[in-house]
Amino acid sequence: MTVKITASPHVRSADSTVQIMWSVVISLVPVVAASIYYFGPSAILVLLASMAGCLVTERWFGSNPGSISDGSAMITGLLLGLTLPPGFPLWMAFLGGVFGMGFGKLIYGGLGQNIFNPALVGRAFLQAAFPVAITTWPSKTEHWWMLQGDNFALPFMSPVVDTATAATPLGNLKFGDDPVVTPILDLFLGTTGGSLGETSALLIILGGIYLAYRGHLNWHIPVSIFVSTFVISGLFWAIGISQFTPVFMLFSGGMMLGAWYMATDMVTSPLSNKGCWVFGIGIGFLVVIIRIWGGLPEGVMYAILLMNAMVPFINRATQPRLFGTSGKKKKEAGK
Amino acid sequence: MKGLPSFKHGVHPPENKDLTSGIPSKRFPFPKEVILPLSQHIGVPAKALVKPGDHVERGDVIAEAAGFISSTVHATASGTVRSIELWPHPNGLMVPSIRISVDPNSSQMRRNRMVPRWQDVKDTDLSKEIAKAGIVGLGGAAFPSHVKLSPPKDQPIELLLINGCECEPYLTSDHRVMLEMPEMVYEGIRIALKALGITRCVIGIENNKPDAIEMMRKTKPADLDATIQPLTVKYPQGAEKMLIKAVMGREVPSGALPSSIGAMVQNVATAANVAAVFKTGHPLIERIITISGRGIKKPGNWKIPFGTKLRDVIEHCGGLTEDAAEIVFGGPMMGQGQANLDVPILKATGGILILSKDECKRQDILPCIRCGKCLEACPIFLNPQWMGELAKAERYEELVEDAHLNDCMLCGSCSFVCPSNIPLSQYFAMSKTQLKRIPKS
Repeated sequence: MTVKITASPHVRSADSTVQIMWSVVISLVPVVAASIYYFGPSAILVLLASMAGCLVTERWFGSNPGSISDGSAMITGLLLGLTLPPGFPLWMAFLGGVFGMGFGKLIYGGLGQNIFNPALVGRAFLQAAFPVAITTWPSKTEHWWMLQGDNFALPFMSPVVDTATAATPLGNLKFGDDPVVTPILDLFLGTTGGSLGETSALLIILGGIYLAYRGHLNWHIPVSIFVSTFVISGLFWAIGISQFTPVFMLFSGGMMLGAWYMATDMVTSPLSNKGCWVFGIGIGFLVVIIRIWGGLPEGVMYAILLMNAMVPFINRATQPRLFGTSGKKKKEAGK
Repeated sequence: MKGLPSFKHGVHPPENKDLTSGIPSKRFPFPKEVILPLSQHIGVPAKALVKPGDHVERGDVIAEAAGFISSTVHATASGTVRSIELWPHPNGLMVPSIRISVDPNSSQMRRNRMVPRWQDVKDTDLSKEIAKAGIVGLGGAAFPSHVKLSPPKDQPIELLLINGCECEPYLTSDHRVMLEMPEMVYEGIRIALKALGITRCVIGIENNKPDAIEMMRKTKPADLDATIQPLTVKYPQGAEKMLIKAVMGREVPSGALPSSIGAMVQNVATAANVAAVFKTGHPLIERIITISGRGIKKPGNWKIPFGTKLRDVIEHCGGLTEDAAEIVFGGPMMGQGQANLDVPILKATGGILILSKDECKRQDILPCIRCGKCLEACPIFLNPQWMGELAKAERYEELVEDAHLNDCMLCGSCSFVCPSNIPLSQYFAMSKTQLKRIPKS
C-alpha cells in the first residue's frame, strides 16, 4: 500500500468551493424558469449570450484551463443575464459577459482576487455603453413564443427600439407622467415588467433561503440590506421626501436579486459577520439615496459596486476580537 | 443539545467514535522490543542512566529528568538494553532512544512498591513524586504534570477542571477510562486537589458520552466537592481555554496560563494514571490507547506499554485493510501523519488511526474565495484568512504582532472548514517553526 503523509487535520468538511458554486447555480434554476415563463424564448437567448461571453472569456484568458469547471464563470454569466431586459440585443449581452469577466475578474488574477462583483461590472459597462437598450422593456408580446424586442440586432448598429414599451414599476413611479404604484403582490410574484430575473421576489427569496440553509450564503448581508433600506426609506417616506413606501423599496427593481445574489458574492463581501452588517447597511443607504435623488430609476447596482470598493477597509476595521482580550487594539508606535 | 455550556465558534467534524467506544480495553501482549525516546514531550530531553548490555526490570528508571520541564523515563518491560541510538520518532525526526530487547521468559512482574502511598506524602512533596513517576499530561501535549501542579505562588488555583471532553473524532480512550475506572479518576482528583491545596473540582464531559456521564455521577464519592458538567459536543471543546470558557464562563487572557484566572485543567486519563501510580506503587509505563479508523481490520482500545512499535500494534490488530491510506498518531484534527512503521508509542499517544482512502480524501487546493468560514470556525477569534495570506508571503512579523499567531493553538478548525482546501493550520505550524529559527533580538 501507499501511505500518505499529510499535515493535520486529516479530515475535511464536506463543503467545497466547487460545490458552493454549483449550488448557487442550482438555486437559480427556478428564477431562470420563471423568467422563461414570463418573457418567453428571449429570456433563454439573453441568458445564453451572457453566459457564453463569460465562459469563453474564462476559458481563453483564465489562469488555468480547468478554472472553467469551478462554476464561478457560469454564475457570473447567469447573474448578468438575469439583470438584463428580455429584448436586449444578444451581441450586447455577450459583450457584457466578456467585459464583466475580463475586467471584473480575470485582470485581478481570477477567482478570489477580484474587488468588484464581475456580473455587476459587466452590467455597469452595458449601462454606460448602451443606456437606451438596457432601459428598454418591451411590452408583453401576443404569444409566449414570440421574441421580445430586438434580440438579433446587428453588432454596432443602433438597435431598433420596439415602439411598444412598458415601464418598470420603479420607472413608472419615478419618471411616469402619471405615477402609478404597482401592487406589492405583483412585485412579489413577478408579473410586472423588468429585467429577466429581477421580477419574482418570491423565487429569489426561496433560492436565497436554500443557500443560507446550506451555509453557502451569509444571511447577515441580505438581512442587513433589507433592514437598512426599510428603515432609511421609511424615514424619508414618513417625512414626505420620498414617494416610495418602504415595502415597495424592498420588492421593486433589482433589490431582491442584488441583496440575495450579488451582494453576497463571497469574494467581494466582507469576511466577518460584523463586517457584513456594515456592508449591508451601506448598500441599503446608497440604494435609497440613488433611488430618491439619482438620475436613474435603479440604484442597487451602483450601491453594491461602491460598497465592494469599501470591503478591504471594512475588513481592516472589523477584525475579530481576539479570545482573552478586550478587543481594543494596543496603540502601536509608528503606525 | 441547546442549553449546555460551550464556547463560541468551533466545528463539527464527523465523530466516528462508535467504531471503538463500546469495546472494553484489553491488555496488549508484550512486544519483542521496546523503543523509549529520551525526548517524549515538550521540554528538555531526559538523561540516559543505562548503557548497552544492562539488564532492566519493568518500571526501572532508565533516564532521569534534566531540568524542571522534563520528565523521567522508565523501562516499560523487563529485558536487556540493546543500544542507545537515533531512532525514528513520531514527530518525524530521529531522536536518541533507548532500545530494550524484551526478555521473552520474564514474568514481567514489577518490583515492589517504588512510589509511596499518596496519603503518606506531604502536600508540597506530591508534585515531586509525580515527577519521579514520569507522569505527563495524557491529553495530547504531554506537558509534565508536576509543572502544572506547582503553579506560580502569586496565582493561586481555586478550581480544578477535569477534562473528559475527548473532542477529537475517533478517539475513545478517555471515554473508556471513565467507564472502566471511574474510582481511579476520583482518586486522582483527590491527589491533585491535595497537591493544589484546594477542594473544588468540575468534571467536563461532552454530551455524546451519556454512559460516561452516568457512570461518573453514579460513582462520585459523597465527600468530594465535584460537579459533573455535560458540555455541548463541538470541536475543540477539550482545548484548555475552551473548557475553561464553557465551565467558568471566563476567557483565559491572551498569552497567559489558566492559572492566571485560578484554574487548572487535567485530563481524565492523567488523573486516573496519577491514582494508578500511587495505588500500585509503579511509575507510568502504559496507558489505554484507541486503535481506530476504517483502514485497520480490528479496531479497539488497548492497554499498551510505551515504546511498542507501530508495526507490532498494526499486526496485533489484524493488519491493514486494502484501502488503508494514512496512519496518524493522535486524533484526525491535530494528530501527526506517520511515515515509518518503526516509530514507538509515546506517553502522549492517545490513539492511532489508520484512515481509509474514503476517510481522508484529499482535494485540490483552490483559490481563497473569502467566504469567511474560517473566521466563524476559529475558537479564539483569529482571522485565519488574513493569516494565511501573511504566512504565504512569509510576513512573519506581522503574523505575530498584528495577526496574533502566538494565540493560535493549531486546532485545525480553519483548515477543516475551508471549502478551497487551503491548509491553513499547516501554514501556521510552519510559520511557528520558522519563527523559532529566527534569533530573538
